[in-house]
Parts: sequence; structure tokens; C-alpha cells
Amino acid sequence: MGEEVKVFGYWASPYSYRAELALKLKGVSYEYINEDIFGNKSDLLLKYNPVHKKVPVLLHNGKPIVESVVILEYIEETWKHNPYLPQDPYDKATARFWIKFIDEKCFPTLWLAAWSSENEREKVTNEACEYMKTLESALNGKKFFGGETIGMVDIVASSVGYFIRVTQEIMGLNLLSADKFPQLFQWSEDFANCSIVKESLPPRDKLLPFVKGLIAKYQQDNAKA
Amino acid sequence: MAEEVVLLDFWPSLFGMRSRIALAEKGIKYEYKEEDLRNKSALLLQMNPVHKKIPVLIHNGKPVCESLIQVQYIDEVWHDKAPLLPSDPYQKATGRFWADYIDKKIYDLGSRVWKTMGEEQATAKKEFIESLKLIEKELGDKPYFGGESFGYVDVAFIPFYSWFYAYEKCGNFSIEAECPKLIAWAKRCMQKESVAKSLPGQQKVYDFILQMKKHLGIE
Repeated sequence: MGEEVKVFGYWASPYSYRAELALKLKGVSYEYINEDIFGNKSDLLLKYNPVHKKVPVLLHNGKPIVESVVILEYIEETWKHNPYLPQDPYDKATARFWIKFIDEKCFPTLWLAAWSSENEREKVTNEACEYMKTLESALNGKKFFGGETIGMVDIVASSVGYFIRVTQEIMGLNLLSADKFPQLFQWSEDFANCSIVKESLPPRDKLLPFVKGLIAKYQQDNAKA
Repeated sequence: MAEEVVLLDFWPSLFGMRSRIALAEKGIKYEYKEEDLRNKSALLLQMNPVHKKIPVLIHNGKPVCESLIQVQYIDEVWHDKAPLLPSDPYQKATGRFWADYIDKKIYDLGSRVWKTMGEEQATAKKEFIESLKLIEKELGDKPYFGGESFGYVDVAFIPFYSWFYAYEKCGNFSIEAECPKLIAWAKRCMQKESVAKSLPGQQKVYDFILQMKKHLGIE
């Protein structure tokens, strides 16, 4: 039977990227639909994600799955080859812990640190650095969070390892620096250099001006307020 | 082999209650340790160094943190009794979605209902009721969120029932009037021993909230 797999996403969204990377790691073909999330969201998106109205949405044989981490768990359970979550319940719980940590602490604070005003920035940056130090400890000498190969934590950490690095470049910040966080920095390099990741990440030369524009607009809006 | 299970907890914690229920559903004997959150034990700080929060489930000396992660862990380790998550990946995904919604929306809105006053509280109350109605719609006419049997979303949400009276008194509204099906579901869950023995009484929770409000200077 033909599997029908679709992803409703946005090319620059770190969350949307997670869903696509997971499908690529599993070698699952899918149709990608780019949503105009800053303009007009499609009727289909609003139909498939009425609660949050956000991307990504994974559509599998007509049934929608939403929220990037829920999507990642679903993909892992549906296509069991090339597993990216450990089998052992304790190791699985540990992976889930780090995923939650990235999404609730690490990523939002780093994002804030890049966008916040000069006077707030120092406090947020200090907090972000604490979180990065903690995240780095999770690597514990391994090449990837998943061990020798990319795991679910790595997929989620792409938000920090790639998207944040691009953002900080624009802002002239050096949050994820090689001297402060050598292991984490090395991880982000190794991660971005994996062929399957390299070919699927939104290109830097397209992402840079896009995020620059977003930040400029945000600062403009805030200056008016 | 003797299993050693310890739960570091705090009696009014909505999150701790989830793990209590899951352990009770599976019939697991464990040691319950009450934490004084103003004076956290060395064990808690050692077992959850990142967040320093309860609940912490310690299984044969190894800690599992975060309540929903604990519930999934309990379900996976003691998988031969009272399954909490469905086996179908799509149903599992639906369960995870609603558990996430409960944590991101319902918990925050409920907190704002008892922590704020005036206009801010009025807004929080309105949004809180809307979120309850949404989850009530998801329940539909099923006996449990899990369908015929008590499951993951039920475990995730039923602890809130012990806080309903506190929310109602603080916000001056009736949840039953707004969401009768939800109350019917809650009462059905409370008939289960695993739930009844894991939830504190509603008055006790309300008294605790009043103390917290005083402590935080909210009149």
C-alpha cells in the first residue's frame, strides 16, 4: 500500500526542520508544503492544527500529527528502522529529559539573548550560558547526544547547534563559542557536517538575511512601542 | 531481584500526583519521601541537579525526572500490567499532544487564576475556562480520555481535579457549571483506588493555596 506522507512546514523554522530531518533519517519520502506562516496560513493547516495553528504538521495517510517532539516520537514508532531513540527505558527517559530541557530552557533563552535589548541582554546571556554548560555535560565525551550516530536529542538540538549559531552571527554575539563550550561547539560542527544534515538544512546564505530581517522588524516594532 | 523505587515528592504537586497514580496503577511498592521545598534534601539536589525539583522517581538508585517522562518510564518498565499508553502510534501521538497541551496551557492558566487579581485574573479565568472546554470536547462521550480504559491523558489531567475547588474559590466561578462532562469524568476517575489514594483533598489544597497567596502577598 502506498504511504502518503506530507509535511506542512516553513523553510526557516527550526521546529519544521526537525520533522523533515527525522523523515530523511528514516529514508521516508514525503511531500513538503511550505506554509506562508507570516502571511496567510492555508485552510488545510488550520484544519489539521486547529488548536495551535502552527507548523510543522505531519500528515500520515490523511491523519495529522502536530508538535515537533510528538511528531518525532511518532516517526520513531511508525518507521522502526534506523532508530534514533534508545531501546532501554532508562536511556529513553534520559533522552526525553534533555529534549525537554532544550525546548523549555536552552533554546528559548538563547533566542531571547539574541533578540533582547542591550540592557536586558547580559542577564539573559548569563542564564543562556548556564544552560549551555548543562547541555554540554549531556554530551559527556560522546560525538553526538545519541552516541556514535545522530539521535533524537541531536535532532532537537539542531535548533541550538544551527539556527542559534546563524542568529548569533547576525547579532555579532558569540554565545556558542569554541573556547567557552568546546564540546558543544565541536558537536555543532560535526552535526552540521553530516551529509544527511548538510543537504537538508536551510542554506545559511538564505537564512541569514531572513533572520536579519525578522530581528530588524522586531526591533523596529519594539522601538515604536 | 528486589526493585527499589523511591518517589521524592510534595503532597500538593500536580506533577507528583501523576507519578503516584502511575505507580499505584501498576501495583508497585515504593517509598514516598515528602520534600520540604524551602529546605530541599541533599538527595533531591543530587538526583535532580539540573532543575532541583520534585517529583523525582528513583529506580534502583537511578533518577528519572519530569512527571510525564516518569509516567512513560513506569509504563515501559512495568509493561505487563495496566497499560497507560495505547500501542497504536497515532493514538499515542494524540495522547502526547493533549498531555503537552495540559502542561503548556491548562497548568499556566490555572496558576494565573489563583495568583492574580482584578483584570488579569478575569482574563486568566476566561482563557482557563476556554481551555477546559477544549479538553472537554476532546473527551467527548468517552468514559476516559484513553477510551474504554484509564490511560495516559487521564493520569496527566486528573490531578487538576484536586485543585478545582481552589481555582473556583479564587476565581469565583463553577467548573461544573462550565464543564459538566469534565466533572463527571473526574468523579469516575476518583472511583479508582489508584487515583483516590494519590490525590489530596480539595479543602486541604485550598488551604494550602491560601497560605501561598498570603506568603506571596496576594490578597
